[in-house]
Formats: sequence, C-alpha cells, structure tokens
Amino acid sequence: MNISKDTVKYVANLARLGLNDEELEKFSLQLNDILQYIEQLKEVDISKIAPTAHVLDIKNVKRKDEPSASLPVKEALNNSPQKEGSFFKVPKVIE
Amino acid sequence: MLNTKTAHELLDLIKAGKASRDKILSDLKSRIDKVEPKVKAYAHLPKETDSAKQDSLLNGIPIAIKDNICTKGQFATCASRILENFSAPYDATVIKKLKEKGALIFGKTNMDEFAFGSSCETSCYGPTRNPWDLERVPGGSSGGSAAAVAADEAIWALGSDTGGSIRQPAALCAVVGLKPTYGRVSRYGLIAFASSLDQIGPITKDVHDAALLLNVISGHDEKDSTCADIPTVDYTSCFTKDLKGVKIAIPKEYFIKGLDKEVEDSVKQAKAVLEKLGATFKEVSLPHTKYAVSVYYIIATAEASSNLARFDGVQYGFRDKSSGSDESGQLISMYKQTRGKGFGLEAKRRIILGTYVLSSGYYDAYYLRALKVRTLIKNDFDKVFKDFDCVLTPTSPTAAFKVGERLENPLSMYLSDIYTISANLAGIPAISIPCGFTKNKLPIGLQLLSAPFKEENLFRSAYAFEQNTPWHKMKPDLNI
Repeated sequence: MNISKDTVKYVANLARLGLNDEELEKFSLQLNDILQYIEQLKEVDISKIAPTAHVLDIKNVKRKDEPSASLPVKEALNNSPQKEGSFFKVPKVIE
Repeated sequence: MLNTKTAHELLDLIKAGKASRDKILSDLKSRIDKVEPKVKAYAHLPKETDSAKQDSLLNGIPIAIKDNICTKGQFATCASRILENFSAPYDATVIKKLKEKGALIFGKTNMDEFAFGSSCETSCYGPTRNPWDLERVPGGSSGGSAAAVAADEAIWALGSDTGGSIRQPAALCAVVGLKPTYGRVSRYGLIAFASSLDQIGPITKDVHDAALLLNVISGHDEKDSTCADIPTVDYTSCFTKDLKGVKIAIPKEYFIKGLDKEVEDSVKQAKAVLEKLGATFKEVSLPHTKYAVSVYYIIATAEASSNLARFDGVQYGFRDKSSGSDESGQLISMYKQTRGKGFGLEAKRRIILGTYVLSSGYYDAYYLRALKVRTLIKNDFDKVFKDFDCVLTPTSPTAAFKVGERLENPLSMYLSDIYTISANLAGIPAISIPCGFTKNKLPIGLQLLSAPFKEENLFRSAYAFEQNTPWHKMKPDLNI
C-alpha cells in the first residue's frame, strides 16, 4: 500500500479541501502508516458475514405526515457569511 | 463550597433549605475565576443572562455542555475555526429536556475539533489541561467537560462519545462518564461526527448523578430517527448494596502488551472489591478485539468525511473571503480555500482518510470490509452477554499522557482508544468510573460494558463499587 502525494492531492480535490505542499507531504506519510496498520483486516475471513452499517434493529422510521413549525428564513440566514434578501449568496456557478 | 458537591447532593441541600441557587452560582463563578486560567476547560464561559425554568426535578442546577451540542442563542463551534461565531438557532433535544426539568445551561466546554482526538489538543482555542497534572492532557474529545467537572468548575456536564470521547477523559480526570446505548439518547442538535457511532452522555462526579442525568436526557425522540422507541427505566432505582448474583466477564484480549502495569494492577484490585460484594467473575474471549481500532478508523473517518461536507462556507460559519467571496470568484475555489483554512490538521487528515476509503476502487477493500468485521465484533459481545451481566476492562491503557506527546504521531493517538472503541462499534452502553491512582497521582479508570439498553446493569455494579471505594471523592490539588 502506498499513498503518494498525488493521490492525496486527488482525494483532497474530491473532498473540496485545499491543502498546501507541506500538508500533502505530511499526510502522504502519515496515511501510509495508518493504512499499513489497517491492512491487518485482510487476515479476517469475511466471506459469509453481512455488513453492519448501524447496530439498531430499526427500519424505515416515519413520523406522521403533518406540517409543523420550521426555522424562519431570517433565522436560517442568521449565520450565513453572505446573504442577499432571503437567499444565501455564493460566487457565480455558471460560466 | 457548593461547587464541590454533586447535583443530587445540591438538590437535597436546596430541599432542606441549606443551599440556594444563587450561592451555587456564585461559588461556581469564583472557582472558575481561580482555576479556569490554568485548566482552560471552557470554550465559551457561562453567560450571566441565562436563567432556569422553575421545576423541582433539577431545581436550577447548572450543567456544562460540550461545544458540539446546540443550545439556542449560544455558540456551538465544535472548537473549529470553520464554525467560528456560529450561534445555534435551536436547542438540541437533550437541552430541551434539561431545560424542561429546570436545569441551567452553564457554559460550553472545550473539545478536540469536531471531537477528533483523544487529548483535547486539537481545539482551535488551544488545549485543555488535566486538573491532576497541568502538564498533561485531560483526554478527549470531551476533555473540557471532564476537566471542568474534575476541577469543580462545573457540577456536572454533557459530553459526546464516538470512540471513547466520554469515557477516556472521565478515566483520565477521575470522574464518571457514561456512553449510553446507541439509540438511547436523541442526537437531534448534536453536530454529527460519525452517525452510526455518536452518542451523548453524562460526565459527573458520581454514579448517582450519571443515572439522574440519563433519566432526564434518555428516551424516544421523533426528531432523531435512530433514537429507539424502547421504554426507559428509573436508573436511580437500580442501586443495590451488594452484587449477589451479578456475573461479570473479563475479556483476556484487553490485558495485553501496551497496558500499563499500574493500570492493570488497579483494575485487578477493583475486581477483588467487586468479588467481595458478591459478583462472580470468569475470563472470556472477545476474539475480534484486535481489529477494533482498524475498523473504527475506517468507519468513523468515512462517516466524518461525509458529515463534514456541509461545512462549505455557504450556510454558516467561516468563509474565506480572499477568493470567491463575490461574483468574480469561483465557487469550487471558495469551497477549497474555506475548508483548507477553516479545518485544523486532524480534521483534514480524517477527511482525506475517510474520502480515500470511500473512493471508487477502494470502497470494497476498506469500507465494506470494515462493516463486515464490525459485525464480528458485535457478535463477540452478543455471545458474552447471553451469560454475563457486565464486561469489566480498563478504560484506557495508560494514565494521562503529556501535552504534545502524541500529537505528531496520529496512530499512537488513535491507539489510546483501544479499549473504548468496541462499545461504539457494537452499539452497547459503557461506563468509566475512577478505580485508583498511579504513583504519580494520576487517575485510573475502569470500564463496565453491558448488553444494549441495559444501562441499569452498569449503574448497579458501578454504584456498589463506588460506595465501597474512596476514589470518586478525591480532588485534584490545583495549588490554590
């Protein structure tokens, strides 16, 4: 197993995470250590085992389909770094 | 001084007319003035303006809250720059329940950024210190809550536990910490780290307080679809003087290389105390224990990378204004710069690892494989709980380590959770209680685990142990 700097860069792009060169270097080394440790899972026989995504025996939890109070627009926008009227404001998406 | 009392002691004193809410608050505030500059347990100090609803159950007793739980109108920053100035627009369900029973929300405690850590060092506000030795970490990620309770800067507190974040700091600070069963307590309003593992729970000065607090915060909530509709019991009613008929298992895989000798001895002495009270012990095997850390760091980082996608500089928190903050900028570069500057090093590391194990080509090899080994870990516990009421282990392999000691080696930090992680993977409840001190006067904790939704089994054994040992009454000497 080997995570190169380029792989870290590729994954960082998927995660929309800006990393500087020092971080790319550091993470590539540290992630190799961690992944090497994780390799031990390969020795476990999982051929007949079902995955556990979560432990509760609960499925399809629904509440009654009745309208109830929701967060007012003004309060929803309160924490926004940039807003205009009743909208969150972001840089232009379409060229 | 009333700030040194437990909540149930204060409630009795108030009823007897021997304590007032004002005196409790003024004692707490003067304690904070004295020790907070050394301990730094709070991310946001209590506001003067808050007041409690009149209700006799909690009668205005103040409670400190970890900074990843939303309390309306107060900061909830997860100790991260990316949530700087974020003010919660609503109360988490646990806060709503506490307020309804008359609790006073009293400050937001420091934590590892987004609960990523075992030392409380990755906070954007700087590290919290262990009240027992200020050169050492309080544990994490709920290190602020544990340190505040241990230093008598809080009566009691809420923390959250994804891989040991309540129990490990409780052990390192000589307080009680409970991770309830997955689904026992609503997570509505808890800023998510790993949704299949997170639970909110009490950090308190004794077992009675932990049971009282679980009484208030547990139970079904339709705002959290993972919160189970299973009846709760009065957890303060399950205490007994002896432990006749209680069967406790000791898993041999937990007493291995890396376990500090003093911790091991102390847990063995605790076993003798429990035996004297009538509990019977047997060694068992939890054969997949050694895979727990690997499974955890795949699942937890995968879920975290997904949960943290919402922090993108649009709806709340920090936005990097140097690029893409206006119409001339680019959206993608705004995301990248905001996240690159807003997240700390450990958060970035986990986002990268989590994205990697979920990415095309690696999903089966890492994530899916981890979910399957998780099943085996859960099966190990299911088997043991057919015959036993509790499992007894150390909470942490060592006592508190020095600030900075493990920060540069993430794997060594991850291994400090080796004994606590399995409970989250299996979804079972676990409690850490004080069980002794090292020669250097550092606290040691023991952990009890039980079958899902059987918290009463933990409380019964933990309470009987506590009543017959002096450890929970010890207080750190902060040279004041």
